[in-house]
Amino acid sequence: MFPASFEYVRAHSPDEAFDALQKHGYDGRVLAGGQSLIPAMRYRLARPAVLVDINPISELSYLKEEDGFLRIGATTRDAALEFAPWVRERYSLITSVSAVVADPIVRHMGTVVGSVCHNDPAGDWTATALAARGVVVIRGKEGLREVPIDEFLVDSYTTAVEEGEMALELKIPIPDARTQGSYQKIERKVGDYATCAAAVQLSLNEDGTIRQAGIAITAAGPIAMRVAAAEAMLIGQRPTLELLRAASEEAPKIATPNADQRGSAEYKKDMTRVLVGRGLKQALERLGAVSA
Amino acid sequence: MTKTQNMEALGADFAGIDVPNIVTVSIRINGKVVTRAVPSRMLLVHFIREEAGLTGTHVGCDSSSCGVCTVLLDGSTPVKSCTMFAVMAHGRDVKTVESLAVGGTLHPVQQAFWDQHGLQCGYCTPGMMMTALALLERNPNPSEHDIREGLSGNLCRCTGYNNIVKAVQQAAGAMSASSAADPSAADD
Ligand SMILES: Cc1cc2nc3c(=O)[nH]c(=O)nc-3n(C[C@H](O)[C@H](O)[C@H](O)COP(=O)(O)OP(=O)(O)OC[C@H]3O[C@@H](n4cnc5c(N)ncnc54)[C@H](O)[C@@H]3O)c2cc1C
Ligand code: FES
Ligand code: FES
Repeated sequence: MFPASFEYVRAHSPDEAFDALQKHGYDGRVLAGGQSLIPAMRYRLARPAVLVDINPISELSYLKEEDGFLRIGATTRDAALEFAPWVRERYSLITSVSAVVADPIVRHMGTVVGSVCHNDPAGDWTATALAARGVVVIRGKEGLREVPIDEFLVDSYTTAVEEGEMALELKIPIPDARTQGSYQKIERKVGDYATCAAAVQLSLNEDGTIRQAGIAITAAGPIAMRVAAAEAMLIGQRPTLELLRAASEEAPKIATPNADQRGSAEYKKDMTRVLVGRGLKQALERLGAVSA
Repeated sequence: MTKTQNMEALGADFAGIDVPNIVTVSIRINGKVVTRAVPSRMLLVHFIREEAGLTGTHVGCDSSSCGVCTVLLDGSTPVKSCTMFAVMAHGRDVKTVESLAVGGTLHPVQQAFWDQHGLQCGYCTPGMMMTALALLERNPNPSEHDIREGLSGNLCRCTGYNNIVKAVQQAAGAMSASSAADPSAADD
């Protein structure tokens, strides 16, 4: 199917993209990897009047560590994270996500920033950014502003990016040696959106107690959600399987999944508990700190 | 009412909605530059099939999931050409299945699909082969798991995947043998 007609603007720099977006206001839309936008346009679920193609902006294609953050540029593909050996070595949460988002071909075009900007209720990167306490850098009229992912994700397909603005990068705090994560996703087949998924990241203090916990679920409501009660329950505690089990019980309390061809609401609700539990256990195993 | 009158009557409703926005697009496809003025909304797969006349690249699912439209962008990046506008490939390099055989000699990947019965109807085959080529480029010695994972964005309705996996294994062997024999190939 052909999408509806649109005016195409090719941007070669962030300034060019921003100017075009400012000029077209509500009619303008950023075109990143197109892996969500183009299907939506083909189904005529979206018919933007103007597309601002940011793919030619090579200066936004980067993956680097700076000032304590892993910085992921707006045109950096999912595959770049998947194939970078240093990311594989040190970012266990990101590594376990980047291999299960969509399928390998889609990952060569889809971008991490595009995915959080799309804010699909079943997005994998949104939940990951929540668990890893990401920050999105937005270029707005008054210059740059940094928005914590919790405020960035407003509602299904809605983010803190306002009309005429664009996201420049996602920043993820660099995990220290006592931080590990895990992504747990149930899908019907490879390349499918999650039936339900959980992103988990744990940091330990030197004495073995939990310093920080990031826990988020996706495909379990209108938007990926932080399981704050579970996080709070873990902080300052010594991790035991009993405690992790108790924390996982918090997930179904906030989950509001819809029944669809991937499963009933009851099933998905219960899976949030199972997946959070598995994720916590795997993170702890990766920390070499499982205790009974 | 004639058809034209009908269109005119409808014209008011459609004003400004589907007026094609024309862009000039130049893409190097299999080494040859194809330049056309096309609607900006034209998908790359339609540019390849209808403007460049290369029909080896197929259209399948219309939902970005089957991978039969896979081509290689700028060397060895596999992309679903049904999920990319032709204008996004402007000034870039695209390789389709037609680039594989040279002078009537099948590419090792094609030969392997033939030898291992990796195809039946052949509909998925061009996409499978282009994805396999990209995979082998990155990972010349893939495990069975790597192959299954690497091809997981390509659906086949005919063969089951065992013979396809065997074909990619054969191609991997043939390609690494030929690059070992020809040192210049390894530098590419
Ligand atoms: C077959 C298939 C399976 C998939 N499976 C999954 C899956 O399992 N899990 C998953 O999470 N995703 C999945 N996806 C979606 C895919 O991962 C997309 O790549 C991703 O959601 C969007 O990234 P993109 O770069 O392609 O963005 P685009 O499609 O280009 O854009 C998406 C939206 O974000 C906006 N946007 C993009 N970049 C910016 C920016 N810098 N600033 C402001 N707005 C911006 C666009 O305007 C648009 O509204 C799947 C897609 C396909 C085709
Ligand atoms: S036709 Fe392109 S993925 Fe199916
Ligand atoms: S050979 Fe027929 S679809 Fe694969």
